[in-house]
Amino acid sequence: MAGSAHRTLAEKIWDAHVVRSAEGEPDLLYIDLHLLHEVTSPQAFDGLRAASRKVRRPDLTIATEDHNVPTTGITGPGVPLTGPDSPVTDPVSRTQVEALRKNCAEFGVRLHPMGDADQGIVHVIGPQLGLTQPGLTIVCGDSHTSTHGAFGALAFGIGTSEVEHVLATQTLPQGRPATMAVTVDGALGAGVTAKDLVLALIAQVGTGGGRGHVVEYRGSAIRALSMEGRMTVANMSIEWGAKAGMIAPDDTTFSYVEGRPYAPRGAAWEAALDYWRSLPTDPGAEFDVEVRLDAAAVRPFVTWGTNPGQGTGLDGVIPDPDALADEGERHAAERALKYMDLRPGTAMRDIPVDVVFLGSCTNGRLEDLRAAADVLRGRKVAPGVRMLVVPGSAAVRAQAEAEGLDAVFTRAGAEWRFAGCSMCLGMNPDTLSPGQRAASTSNRNFEGRQGRGGRTHLVSPPVAAATAVAGHFAAPADLA
Amino acid sequence: MDPFTCHTGTAVPLRRSNVDTDQIIPAVYLKRITRTGFEDGLFRAWRDNDPDFPLEDARYAGATVLVAGPEFGIGSSREHAVWALRDWGFRAVIAPSFGDIFRGNALKEGLVPVELPNPAIGEIWDVVEADPATPVTVDVTTRRVAAAGREWPFPLDDYHRNRLIEGLDDIGLTLRFEADIAAYERSRPAFRPAISRVP
Repeated sequence: MAGSAHRTLAEKIWDAHVVRSAEGEPDLLYIDLHLLHEVTSPQAFDGLRAASRKVRRPDLTIATEDHNVPTTGITGPGVPLTGPDSPVTDPVSRTQVEALRKNCAEFGVRLHPMGDADQGIVHVIGPQLGLTQPGLTIVCGDSHTSTHGAFGALAFGIGTSEVEHVLATQTLPQGRPATMAVTVDGALGAGVTAKDLVLALIAQVGTGGGRGHVVEYRGSAIRALSMEGRMTVANMSIEWGAKAGMIAPDDTTFSYVEGRPYAPRGAAWEAALDYWRSLPTDPGAEFDVEVRLDAAAVRPFVTWGTNPGQGTGLDGVIPDPDALADEGERHAAERALKYMDLRPGTAMRDIPVDVVFLGSCTNGRLEDLRAAADVLRGRKVAPGVRMLVVPGSAAVRAQAEAEGLDAVFTRAGAEWRFAGCSMCLGMNPDTLSPGQRAASTSNRNFEGRQGRGGRTHLVSPPVAAATAVAGHFAAPADLA
Repeated sequence: MDPFTCHTGTAVPLRRSNVDTDQIIPAVYLKRITRTGFEDGLFRAWRDNDPDFPLEDARYAGATVLVAGPEFGIGSSREHAVWALRDWGFRAVIAPSFGDIFRGNALKEGLVPVELPNPAIGEIWDVVEADPATPVTVDVTTRRVAAAGREWPFPLDDYHRNRLIEGLDDIGLTLRFEADIAAYERSRPAFRPAISRVP
């Protein structure tokens, strides 16, 4: 990512945030927004205390409870964390949430706790509150921070040592990454979503395809996506190893941000717009790597293995590992099929599921819930299938209820739950049992990710809903 | 972090690719608020369910170098993965490639992520499996790995090499540039969001 007259979106944002640059050292980057949650922050706050340090910019720091909170029994604001009326039954989870509350109070950080109207998955509430804006640097101790890149922000996940570093200094030392363009031209077919697009991309480039690169998603198919769809694509950047995934801000972005609680207003809005319009990659700017994908060729996608690159079309079959030329890939596919209890040649549509999970920072926004409800309206979840619907935030839940989506889900026999990360990573009580097979709108099909011994297939919200009705993998068009 | 110059120990061969951080430390262990004592969660599911898992093989007891396949440490940003490996006793992980966030976390904790090409990994796997007592040396000062009479150079930029050798704390380093940070803050556009601006 070298400096030049013609710069990419990523280079412009990077250059605008360099606090200090020295030969042979990483640049010191200023961080505009730091998002915190209960899981990766307690040790960072302990570090601050041990060194008698403060949070440098509490006004650029915001916290929420999302990873291990339950998604049932949230009675409203002030729902108790302790005692017989608390929905939190796991004492270890309670201790972690207590630690976040104590740390935020001690260091002056705003927290949206369980029951709060603005609580939710950290990557859902940032955009929703209007905090996620073009041109910002955004970090969080969570790999799916890449989500915020959908707004033309430079956003990436960090570890707990880096969380502590940002809390103390509002900066991060970072080596300049390389740049990559992923151009997706053409139009997605009917019933094909942003999720299918990014799963198809990962299957093409592999889990390490983006390593060391900030990726910019471009092309007519990306421009045509809603902000929700763009967030789904940017969210999954980490699943193919990218440092960050970005989409240039445009009128779709500006109209999403405008009027939200933390969006600039009046003259500040006009100044911000002028700046944001200067951010897109200059004509003539060069990327270190370019990848192309034809949107028209993308079909509804399902993963069959234990990493997000192991997937195929819903119309496809479980591949035969023996047909893979690379020994490492063959070995990985054999291991994955053994864990997933699948046999080569089986049609995806012939595979029954036990659980359907609709939610997560990948697909837990209002548009995702609407898409699934459109499929479920007037239909029933198949006997023996459990479907959980977990809104990405309390506000998404409230809006869905205002639209009557909750009634669609419950009439279909699905569970309508409260906001959180939930079964995406199974830190709270929402987990798969050993051997259970799930169609999940989340982002990772790793072994045991959704519960020990659980088997995860990643899908889009419409495919998840159709699968719940059919009892096996299905597209909405398959349903009678 | 403790300084790291050169380390010699025995190695565990892990012939697997895409070892994600959910495998290294399952999410259930992430509820803890401490920074140490994560060795019980290391590779927990594989240690419990896989009779051939090398970490449970007595021949590799006491090993301090993990040798794995490509894309080690992909997935979740959880630094607990590094803490669990460190708490188990590992000082270095050798693999053809690493997830970016894991690699950064490891460097912060003094767990050295060593990138060697596939053929070198294959050779080390073979010699270690043939003789688990084979010493493997990871030398940060010379940026070389040595085992069974063979040597391989590995990439590590000067900045991170020097940080490892001196055991430097990043925050302390950055706070030397307080004046630069304050100057930058004075130049930030007023339209940037701030939490205090909303009641």
